[in-house]
Parts: sequence; structure tokens; C-alpha cells
Amino acid sequence: MATTTHTAHEPHTGVKLPVLEREKLILSGRSYHWITDRICGVLENRQPFIWWLLFIPSALIALIGVGGGLTHLVSTGVGIWGNTNRVMWGWPIVNFVFWIGIGHAGTLISAILFLTRQNWRTSINRAAEAMTIFAVMCAGIFPAFHVGRVWFAWFLAPVPNANAIWQNFKSPLLWDVFAVSTYFTISLIFWYLGMVPDLATIRDRCKPGLRRILYGIFSLGWRGGNRQWSHYEMAYLLLAALSTPLVLSVHSVVSFDFATSVVPGWHTTIFPPYFVAGAIFGGFAMVLTIMVPARFIYGLQDLITMKHIDNMAKIILLTGTIVGYAYLMELFVAFYSGAIYEMDAFKFRIAGPYWWAYLAMMTCNVISPQVFWWRSCRENLWVVMIVAMFVNVGMWFERFVIIVTTLARMWLPGDWKTFSPSPQDQLLFIGTIGLFLALFMLFLRFLPCINIAEVKWAMRESDPHHDDHLEHPDPGTIVEAAYQHELAGK
Amino acid sequence: MSTTRKRVYGYLAEFKNASQLYKAAEKVRDAGFKKWDCYSPYPIHGLDGAMGMKRSILPWFVFFGGMTGTATAFSLAYSTQVIIYPTIVQAKPTNIFTIPAYFPIMFELTVLFSGFTVLFGLLALIQLPRLNHPLFASKQFHRATDDGFFIAIEARDPQFSPNQTRDLLAEIGGKNIELVEEED
Repeated sequence: MATTTHTAHEPHTGVKLPVLEREKLILSGRSYHWITDRICGVLENRQPFIWWLLFIPSALIALIGVGGGLTHLVSTGVGIWGNTNRVMWGWPIVNFVFWIGIGHAGTLISAILFLTRQNWRTSINRAAEAMTIFAVMCAGIFPAFHVGRVWFAWFLAPVPNANAIWQNFKSPLLWDVFAVSTYFTISLIFWYLGMVPDLATIRDRCKPGLRRILYGIFSLGWRGGNRQWSHYEMAYLLLAALSTPLVLSVHSVVSFDFATSVVPGWHTTIFPPYFVAGAIFGGFAMVLTIMVPARFIYGLQDLITMKHIDNMAKIILLTGTIVGYAYLMELFVAFYSGAIYEMDAFKFRIAGPYWWAYLAMMTCNVISPQVFWWRSCRENLWVVMIVAMFVNVGMWFERFVIIVTTLARMWLPGDWKTFSPSPQDQLLFIGTIGLFLALFMLFLRFLPCINIAEVKWAMRESDPHHDDHLEHPDPGTIVEAAYQHELAGK
Repeated sequence: MSTTRKRVYGYLAEFKNASQLYKAAEKVRDAGFKKWDCYSPYPIHGLDGAMGMKRSILPWFVFFGGMTGTATAFSLAYSTQVIIYPTIVQAKPTNIFTIPAYFPIMFELTVLFSGFTVLFGLLALIQLPRLNHPLFASKQFHRATDDGFFIAIEARDPQFSPNQTRDLLAEIGGKNIELVEEED
């Protein structure tokens, strides 16, 4: 790597401009072949014991919680859930919003950071996109069964039915159907298209046999010619440009479900940006929760560096602070509006029987990420993991606070009810956690967990002009070494 | 065992790295070849110009695909809400002025149709999927998805000549020059 050799040539007459060295995204000067080997090794080698230790219990939990739980639910009826009262959205919609929010970090990393040319995304985008797909799958279960009789869920689709009734296109609930299904489809296309060159890499490493045939089919016969890359790059750019407004729209539409109602505590214009920031916040926490252990287990420290974790921690700090601002602004607007019902709704949230949920939300989402102001906390993986877990919990509580504490005190005192989830509610939620983890483990086992082609592309020597300075010896700049803590001996 | 006839696909030459490939591509372009391609494990930015290629036309497909989505969503909403099943809900009238309430779905279907156009438009433009390709017969070509940089010049190019093309590839820095043959 010729990084600081610019200065070794004949003296320059003018003043040399200092240029800060770019922090390397791939450490230890790894070769292309090393990168291919290491990433493909994750799925080619025998899985470590801990993979089985995580996969088997999570698959069992998924089987019992989602498989068994849904069988029981459908064969008995949704009356076994805890929301047979005015808190009719209850636990299922809390979980729906929680999971759909988790997905947003994947699209943010793959689309928005692509458009803003944040090359550090290349090491984490694949896993984050996979997380998006699995989280949206978990999310979809809840509204589908929350409709009551799931075999009528097709009524959500605008197709002619025997009653000659059409859906209400003015309803945010129908917008949600379109937003979430579009989001899932586009995320899947984005994820798959991004994976085609990497599947070809695996295909070319396989011995002839079933594996080679399957990877061959899914890699579509990719050859890596520039006449393919050229269109492929354009397709990727277009998908990124389409996904960026899409991801912002999805959680905005989810928040419209709340904001367009005339319920104190929900009827606020701050909801769309507040939900989107919260979704990105929660999603990044989940990316960290998964990637920090995975990089250790599979030895990916040179690819997912402390720089990546540092950047993610900063995004958590930023979005966490935006979320904290939204919480406080909600309180201020409730006070400033002078509307007694609005004020009462927030008094009930803070000091009512659900005070513990509000406290958990505030502590986990607003206070805990503030430790990331300190570099030492961003560099300590234990602190990072603990904060990420806090945020995961806190974001679940945020949705609980928004949905349950609001519906528990609606306009009529006769509707007032203190919600408690039934065992079936809890079983299904735990089941979706198992499903999410099990799917992620299978992803690690069968698909390339880091974008091989893009990681190679982000390296310095991948630029065809990286050695142009050899022909033009003096660019008039002097490269100053930047701080890189792995190299500084940490 | 049957005898198989072989047909020459073209020459495949390896290059050391991205910048070598880039410089070689400029020379192949200047020699006037049309049926040739550069193979690399990742997209090399700027290679389109070095190969004399035009910008991808995919955005045009996607524009019309997206507009189809917008029109589909609008006609779906308008025909069902205003013509077939007019219902006054949320105090909104059942006429064209309700259109703001249709915007979210118009947006979503625009994105959805565009996304599908990207997928299928891309596959059409890069002529995939296909089950096999003559280059896969090469012993070294598997490295194009790992760490190899190649140029392949096809025999169907009018400029192709068995000796001169090989000499050109050697001259511009190509190593391991290989005549790739496909079974007829």
C-alpha cells in the first residue's frame, strides 16, 4: 500500500497542502483473495459450536412460539389475546411497530449511506439488509393475525370480492398495507440484486455438485464483465434512490395510523419524523447487537473495524437525541396547546400506572446513548453492546407507551382499562424473536454475510487511478497520517 | 464417445490490477474492437469511458415503469372510491378533490413498479439469467469473481484475427493469454 509515498519525490517549490489520510476501511492491508476467502469461509467452513448453540434454541422457540402459537391462536380465536377491550391494538401492534422499525437501519445503510457515499457501509450493509428482510417478516405476522380472522386477510388487497365492497383508500391502514408490502418487496430485490456477484464468487469456489448448481442458479450466470457491471451499478443506484424515500415513507405511514386519529397523545404532526428517527435508532442498535458478536465469532475484525462500530455508535447517539427531543417536544406541545385532554394523556403516561414503561423508555432511549459522547465508551465493545441492548428494550417500550398507555385512557371513562398481555401474546412475541435469530443464523450459514464485491471496491488500490501519482510525481499535497486506533496498538 | 466440434469464442488475457486493466482497455478501445469486455471482481469506476461505452439506458425504463405505477394507483383509487363504490368517510368527498388521500398509495406503487422495472430491466440488459457461457470453460476465468482482472476479445468481432489479437493483448500487458473455445 503506497499511502504516504507522495512526499518522496523532488521538492515542490510552493507550499504543500496538508491532506489528512483517509482512515482505512479494511485493515492489515488484506488482499482481494484474503477477503474472498474470509467471507466465503463463514459459510464454507464448519460452523462453530456457538452457531449451533444459538440456532437450535432459537429455531425451537420459533417453532413453538410462532408455529405453535399461531396454530393455537387460529384454532381458538383472537379472543385469547389480551386486547379484548379498548386497548384493542394491544401487544400485537406494539410488536408490529417494533419489528418494522428494526428493519429501517438496513435500508438506511444500504440506500441512504450509498447515496451519501459513506463507503464504510460496504462492510455492514449485507447483514443489515438481511436483518431488514427478517424483521419485516416478523412484523408482518402481527397485523395479519390481528385482523381477527386471518383467512380473510386477503380483504386487505384491492381485489373484487363477493360483497362488492372496496377498500377505503383514504385510510392510513390501507396505506400501511401498501407501504409495508412495497417495503418488503423492494428490500428483497435490493438485497438479492446486491448479492448476485457474491453468489457468483461462491459458485466459482464450489466443487462441481449440488451446491455449485444451486449457487449457479441463484447467481444467474453472473460473469463480472464491465458490460454487466455498468448496468448493474445503475440498477443499484436506482434502487438506492427509490429506497431512500421509501424507507422514510414506511414509518411515516405507520405513524399516520396514529397521527390521523383524534386521540390525545397520538394526534400530533411530530409523529412521522419522530417515528423515522426512532426506527433508525432502534435498527442500528439491532445491527450492533448482531454484528459485534458475529465479527468476533467469524474473525471479521479487519473488515468490520472499530471505525464502523464508532460510526454506528455516533448514529445511535444522534438519532437517540432526536428521539429524546421528540419526547420532550411532545410534552411541551401538550402543555403549550392548553388542551386539557392532551395534557392529561401525558400526565397519565408519566405518572399513571404505566410510569415504569415511560421511565424505561426515557432511560433506555434518551439517557443510555448519551455515553457515546465519550470516545472511550464507543471503543469499549461491552459498553456498546450494553447500550445496544438498552436501546432494543427501550424502543419496544416506546411503542408500548405510545399504544397501550394511550388506548387505556380514551375519551369515555367506561372504556378505561389496564392492559396486560395474555400468555399467548407473550409466546408469539418471544417466538418472533426466535424466528428472527434463526433466520439470521441460516443467513450466516448459507449466504455471504458481507458484500464481497463492494468491500473490494472500497479499497484504495481498487481505484484504477490510485497509482497515477507515479506518473505525476508531485501532486503538491502532503498526506498526514490520520488516527487509527487499531494501528496505534489498541 | 461422440466427437465434439469446437468453435473459438475468443482470447482471454489476465491483467495485474485495476489500473493495468484500465490502461489496457483504452488501448483495446482505440484498436477499434466492439465485441469485447473487461472482467473484474468489483465494478471499476471510469472503465465505461475507457471501454468507450455509453451510459446505461436503464433509468429510462424505470421512469416509464414508475409512471405506470403512479397511473395504476391513481386509477385503482379513483375508480374504486369515486366510480364503483363511493363512500363518504372522514368527511371527505367522493370526487377528484380527494386526491391528496391517494398520494401515499400512488407513491408506494410508483416505487414498487419502479423496483420491478429495475430488476427485470437489468436482467434484460445484461442478458441474464443464462445457464452457461463459453468463458466458464476457461481454467482461469473463475478468478474473475475473486481477484483476477481479465479482458476477453470475442472471435465474432470483425477486427479479430488469431495472431494479431493475441499479439495486441500481449503488447498491452496481458498475461496467461488463452484461446477460449466453446463446444459447438
